[in-house]
Amino acid sequence: MSRYDRAITVFSPDGHLFQVEYAQEAVKKGSTAVGVRGNDIVVLGIEKKSVPKLQEERTVRKICMIDDHVCMAFAGLTADARIIVNRARLECQSHRLTVEDPVTIEYITRYIATVKQRYTQSNGRRPFGLSALVVGFDYDGTPHLYQTDPSGTYHAWKANAIGRSAKTVRDFLEQNYNEEVASNEDDTIKLTVKALLEVVQSGSKSMEIAVMRRKGSLKILEASEVDKIVAVIEKEKAVEAEKKQKKGKSS
Amino acid sequence: MEFSIGFQGDNFVMLATDSAAVHSIVMFKQDHEKTIKLGSNTIMSITGQSGDTTQFGEYIQKNLQLYKIKNGYEMSTHGMANYTRKQLADALRSRGPYQVNSLIAGYDKNEGCGLYFMDYLASMMKVPFAAHGYGSYFVLSILDRWYRPDMTKEEAVTLLKRCMGELKTRFIVNLPAINVKFVDDEGIHELPPITESEYEKLTL
Repeated sequence: MSRYDRAITVFSPDGHLFQVEYAQEAVKKGSTAVGVRGNDIVVLGIEKKSVPKLQEERTVRKICMIDDHVCMAFAGLTADARIIVNRARLECQSHRLTVEDPVTIEYITRYIATVKQRYTQSNGRRPFGLSALVVGFDYDGTPHLYQTDPSGTYHAWKANAIGRSAKTVRDFLEQNYNEEVASNEDDTIKLTVKALLEVVQSGSKSMEIAVMRRKGSLKILEASEVDKIVAVIEKEKAVEAEKKQKKGKSS
Repeated sequence: MEFSIGFQGDNFVMLATDSAAVHSIVMFKQDHEKTIKLGSNTIMSITGQSGDTTQFGEYIQKNLQLYKIKNGYEMSTHGMANYTRKQLADALRSRGPYQVNSLIAGYDKNEGCGLYFMDYLASMMKVPFAAHGYGSYFVLSILDRWYRPDMTKEEAVTLLKRCMGELKTRFIVNLPAINVKFVDDEGIHELPPITESEYEKLTL
């Protein structure tokens, strides 16, 4: 088996591209990122890794603006992400220059995915070790959330998570995402925070939430705003727990 | 026959261009916009070879937009002007020089207002007032005599009208209207075009 994972361009006998799969393992080691698509708002949430005491916290940015109406969060190798983000930013402006229209979210996701795929098929290069969640609004106002992975595939999602404990978060989203939540902006933001709280310590210190509305550009929520939302969620949880206890006692 | 003019006032910079789009002996449009927005507080008027103007202008505009997205803040006016000059200079001795003349007007929090004159050979100067085109031969003398650095916006518009009045008298080509914009600390503002009926004849 080890003979087939050295060079990227070689298939294994049972049809695997091992380098791509190892890249996906690298993604699973990265800190969690969550994306939720509402009807009028798209929300990205990321787990903030604790920084060493002497490091400047604000220089670690996992949510990046690609254009006025597109932004992305990633899980995996930060250095690889920087390259992808730069290429995407350039492509957005190039698109505006040639066709005088802003990119659609699908177009820029397809571009990122194509770049990634190219690196899975050329000799001497390794795949990009990151998955990205690309969110934004098209020119006609429709919101989108796309996910790409190191193999170069991309899919549209209503809500998704990548990185560490992605499966846990995705299961939570599957159970709690519905049309009612999507139609209310505050509920969409709350769902993102709730989903992150499944795998992250409570509080604004360990998460960063960013929202994008139809006419606006990316807005990263202040720590105080996040704390407020977390407090509301904790209260709701406490009320739920009390109710359950009472039910348990009475029955 | 294209004409553009710019000058600094009291905490603002005014930029005006003629609005005729001409090809040989035919007038395509009389309300053509020759100024583009480079940022929230900077504009550039571009005159010269048709095609080069749009290509060069949009190229600079999109690259400055990319800078803003990459770095999180816009380039200063000084930076934009020098970037534009460098692009023009690189193209000069290459496969395709851009034959465009431009004026860049902008406002910076740190530097205040600034007007930069740039010609097609990529020479650039920061100046209080400037003009491009045949009209400049007439208008620069008017500005030499009547320009003051502390003009209000109304005085600036009057000065513009008087410059156009001079061109109406002494320039063989008729400029039916000019598009006027100005930049101050609140951003880019557009004034209604000044038409021939409003041109004033300066009386000494």
